[in-house]
Amino acid sequence: MCLAVPGKILETKEENGSRLGRVQFGGITRLVQLDFVPEAGVGDYVIVHVGFALSKVNAEEAQRTYEMLEEMGMLEQDSEVRIQDSGPPSSDSPES
Amino acid sequence: MKYLDEYRDARLARALLADLAKRVTRPWVLMEICGGQTHTLMRYGIDELVPSQIELVHGPGCPVCVTALETIDKAIHIASLADVTLVSYGDMLRVPGSHSDLFRVKAAGGDVRIAYSPMEALKVARANPGRRVVFLGIGFETTAPPNAMAVWQAAREGLGNFSMLASHFLVPPAIRLLLESPTNRVQGFIAPGHVCTVMGYRQYDELCREYHVPIVVGGFEPVDLLEAISMLVAQLEEGRAEAENQYVRSVGYEGNRPAQELMERVFEVSDRKWRGIGVIPRSGLRLREEFAAYDAEKVFGVEDTTADEPAECLSAQVLQGLMKPVDCPAFAVRCTPETPLGAPMVSAEGACAAYYQYRRSA
Repeated sequence: MCLAVPGKILETKEENGSRLGRVQFGGITRLVQLDFVPEAGVGDYVIVHVGFALSKVNAEEAQRTYEMLEEMGMLEQDSEVRIQDSGPPSSDSPES
Repeated sequence: MKYLDEYRDARLARALLADLAKRVTRPWVLMEICGGQTHTLMRYGIDELVPSQIELVHGPGCPVCVTALETIDKAIHIASLADVTLVSYGDMLRVPGSHSDLFRVKAAGGDVRIAYSPMEALKVARANPGRRVVFLGIGFETTAPPNAMAVWQAAREGLGNFSMLASHFLVPPAIRLLLESPTNRVQGFIAPGHVCTVMGYRQYDELCREYHVPIVVGGFEPVDLLEAISMLVAQLEEGRAEAENQYVRSVGYEGNRPAQELMERVFEVSDRKWRGIGVIPRSGLRLREEFAAYDAEKVFGVEDTTADEPAECLSAQVLQGLMKPVDCPAFAVRCTPETPLGAPMVSAEGACAAYYQYRRSA
């Protein structure tokens, strides 16, 4: 229910007094309400839930987290622990 | 996909697990609130990969699971009326009511439709002026602003044939209830990342101070959850109890102000009954009096419906982290996703469904 996925805004338009965006999620695109993210524009990534963008992805923070994790990953390459996807794909698509 | 694949990187997950193993010296019980996070933990086997001192118990953050039986019965009653089209998120259709479910209403000829967004229900209402269109608007803080927008937009257009059967839940009062219970075992919480995307985490700051319990806002991918677990364990081992944010790419301290403002304009805080748990004071949202014309409870006069919970479903204990789904005598025997006794076996976020789907046994 609270599932939300990141997608990239390709273009924006006005309809019924709302700002909408055509947003790309992997291979598919969908029209998304942008009412709650006035700061987001074309090229930005937004987190989308039930057809509404709820946040603009903070690219700098994402990058910082990723670099920190990457650094740890480089230090721990010999670890024995394994992680694997053990089941069918969960509902990652915005359809769920 | 960007901002998704890198948080499923097995190498990063291994590094976080190794780090966690070095950090932990004592047993700790942690709870993830959100059912979406429960599913990630089960799907990737994270509950079995973390050091054995760490026990993960699952929280009440599955809106389909906690929606009161009365709400389902009201929806079934309304959907059975000849001039009504009921529009719902898909998960709600199989949830058992007292005597039936929405799927059976649909099979018997009722006009029940599944939508991905509340705005689709508005489209149905505009296209069918001769029918009364009701949206079953359930969810936590994440879903409240989109549902509020549907009501706001209907009012703006004067769409007289649209109404919402609203049943919204708030997370912080549920955490408070768990912490006040004499049976509570939870020592640290992973707060739900998308609820906090809307609300921020100021309220969690208050809970940390009041109950001296650490809370970390977490994302939904395996690397997110491992990092959140690691942050919680670090706090517990050091004796700290702070609200921290792992899901920084989406969550800020104050949350999404435009979403909160619309939510506050359309809804007001109210007491709310949680399925299996009972009434929690000021733990829900209802439509403000100003929007009474769009409130399906009032439009259809179903405000006083009551229902008794079936005794065989032990979901109340599962939803409060007091019991694992596999410890329920009905699990995978009399209760399966095909013939569910309760909502946690139905919902894509239900803990029972997660254990069933990913084949966890006792």
